[in-house]
Amino acid sequence: MNVPTMAEMMAQGKQPEVLFWVGAAGSYDDRAKKITRAFVKILQQANVDFAVLGTEESSTGDAAKRAGNEFLFQMQAMMNIEVLNGYEVKTIVTCDPHSFNTFKNEYPSLGGKYEVFHHTQFIKKLIDEGRLTVDDTNLKGKRLTYHDPCYLGRANDVYESPRDLIRRLGVNLTEMKRNKSTALCCGAGGAQMFKEPEKGDKDINVLRTEDALETKPQIIATGCPYCNTMMTDGVKFKEKESQVKVQDIAELIAEANNL
Amino acid sequence: MEYLPNIFFALILIAGLGFFASNVRKLIRNIKLGKDINRSDNQPARWKNMAKIALGQYKMVRRPVSGILHVVVYLGFIIINIEVLEIIIDGLFGTHRVFSGVLGDGLYGFLIGTFEILAALVFIAVVVFWWRRNITQIKRFFNKEMKGWPKNDGNIILYFEMVLMSLFIIMNATDVPFQQAGIGNPISQFVAPWFSGFSPEALHTIEKGAWWIHIIGILIFLNYLYYSKHLHILLAFPNTFYAKLKPKGQLDNLASVTSEVKMMMDPDADPYAAPAEGAEDEVPEKFGASDVTDLNWVQLMNAYTCTECGRCTSACPANLTGKELSPRKIMMDTRDRLEEVGKNIDANGGTFVDDGKQLLNDYISPEELWACTSCNACVQECPVNIDPLSIIMDMRRYLVMEESAAPQELNMMMTNIENNGAPWQYSQQDRLNWKDEE
Repeated sequence: MNVPTMAEMMAQGKQPEVLFWVGAAGSYDDRAKKITRAFVKILQQANVDFAVLGTEESSTGDAAKRAGNEFLFQMQAMMNIEVLNGYEVKTIVTCDPHSFNTFKNEYPSLGGKYEVFHHTQFIKKLIDEGRLTVDDTNLKGKRLTYHDPCYLGRANDVYESPRDLIRRLGVNLTEMKRNKSTALCCGAGGAQMFKEPEKGDKDINVLRTEDALETKPQIIATGCPYCNTMMTDGVKFKEKESQVKVQDIAELIAEANNL
Repeated sequence: MEYLPNIFFALILIAGLGFFASNVRKLIRNIKLGKDINRSDNQPARWKNMAKIALGQYKMVRRPVSGILHVVVYLGFIIINIEVLEIIIDGLFGTHRVFSGVLGDGLYGFLIGTFEILAALVFIAVVVFWWRRNITQIKRFFNKEMKGWPKNDGNIILYFEMVLMSLFIIMNATDVPFQQAGIGNPISQFVAPWFSGFSPEALHTIEKGAWWIHIIGILIFLNYLYYSKHLHILLAFPNTFYAKLKPKGQLDNLASVTSEVKMMMDPDADPYAAPAEGAEDEVPEKFGASDVTDLNWVQLMNAYTCTECGRCTSACPANLTGKELSPRKIMMDTRDRLEEVGKNIDANGGTFVDDGKQLLNDYISPEELWACTSCNACVQECPVNIDPLSIIMDMRRYLVMEESAAPQELNMMMTNIENNGAPWQYSQQDRLNWKDEE
């Protein structure tokens, strides 16, 4: 696919409307890469003038910060801010709520001030501006439940834009007993993604998957690559992978629009 | 001789209030052992939070059963205090029901009648609370940190309230002229017949006895607060006022680290330069927190405010899946350690003498700290805006930046971020490979 980088844009003397921050999971994780590509297809369908940093992108430092390594976080932040400010980036969109939170809340006091969108907010904006429409026939009537990522929901009070997009898909949305501000974590946040859990009765992603399966869904939708991995693993653990798909909202929009 | 009761009353009132005031001073002293943090910005939002969350109980009713019962007890507590004012005036000046003369029968009857109904409702609510805590198996009341004193403390508070409310009703029921007037006795009129066989003198003695035990009970209860989780009835107000206003996902960027990182990244910085005058103050003794004095005063106030209701713990994904972490225990441990430090200071003439203990390890284990997913469920749930996550994060910072004691897998993740700009060991040159795969 044709994905311009900021460096290429700059060489042509152009400044894109928005920087798409892909994130480490979106760049390297095979499952998350599908989310990345689905989102790019949406951007292209809506004729959004965007670019990525490509090899100039680095970790936001979120996982290091939550693990307690403030030094490493701030080094990453300052390097990223230097690159972003060098390209005069004004607007950032990302599929990763952790990057979203870090850019929005933690970079400003270090000199990185940007308008930041989670991809669900950005897609909603495209629809509101009439630049994108969602075909509600392809997924019509499918039973779907939505898992709120903590770093989008509780951390930043973004509960409605994902649900707004889901409603446009024509699906049958059923909320889990724990949803929105009472949603249960998938188990990956706070750098848990990168280590074995402490000993307990069960893993958090299994408990959260049980919450989801209670709604008898065909699709578990989420808006975070880490939630996606955790819920996919949970569905496998419950041996339900033939009945239940875990999909990002970007993938669902791309699927609805036959992209 | 006739002034003896008044003098006695004045003395116990002064003693009760004086002892309470000295404990409040100690409380403030202990909270100020914490590091400074500026929480005086955006006053309108802070007043609004206090009005909504502490005064308005907005977050309590998220769980309707305990929430509504709590509102009943809370309203009862606030409104019945008007009656306490009358008791104090009566006690000091030897009057009897001084407000009845001032307010007139109609209004006085209405007020006392309202108090009686509230007292009965509070009594019922407190019995239900006791039932919930002791009979029904509500998990959060049976967590392991709720054994011993925390459990007894909860019950003692409930017994206190049952007795105080009963005394108020008995006092009214045995006040013969009050019952005869038939104003403001909607509950006590049903209790009065229990005493029908008593002589007028005996009734008067019971009434006076109930009156005295009631006011002495209130003074004891007031002084019990400092030693109890019931302190929340006072601290909920400053606690919600000074609570974090920023998005829950926003962790502070340590300023001391910022200056060091800026120096490291500045190509023009002279690595051998002597630190600027006064610059030593910029660098803290240590990064993160291993003891209560490394925490800020808001975190310490949080610990004193905690009512140990366990709503945080019952929403914590780590705790729900059987892991050691309990956000409530983090707050209880912080308060216990802070009390220990305070007693140490008192015993050593105003200075802290190293006792070989600290919050980390002696109270809170690394295993608890590493189980946190930073999901903010505990912060969201707390009815008085306590932030257990901030303490967990500060202690993780100490473990990582002072002791390099992160779990091995996290060390690998951090090394990868440092070397490859990603938590996994992939080359940064492969960052854009996804665009050509399908």
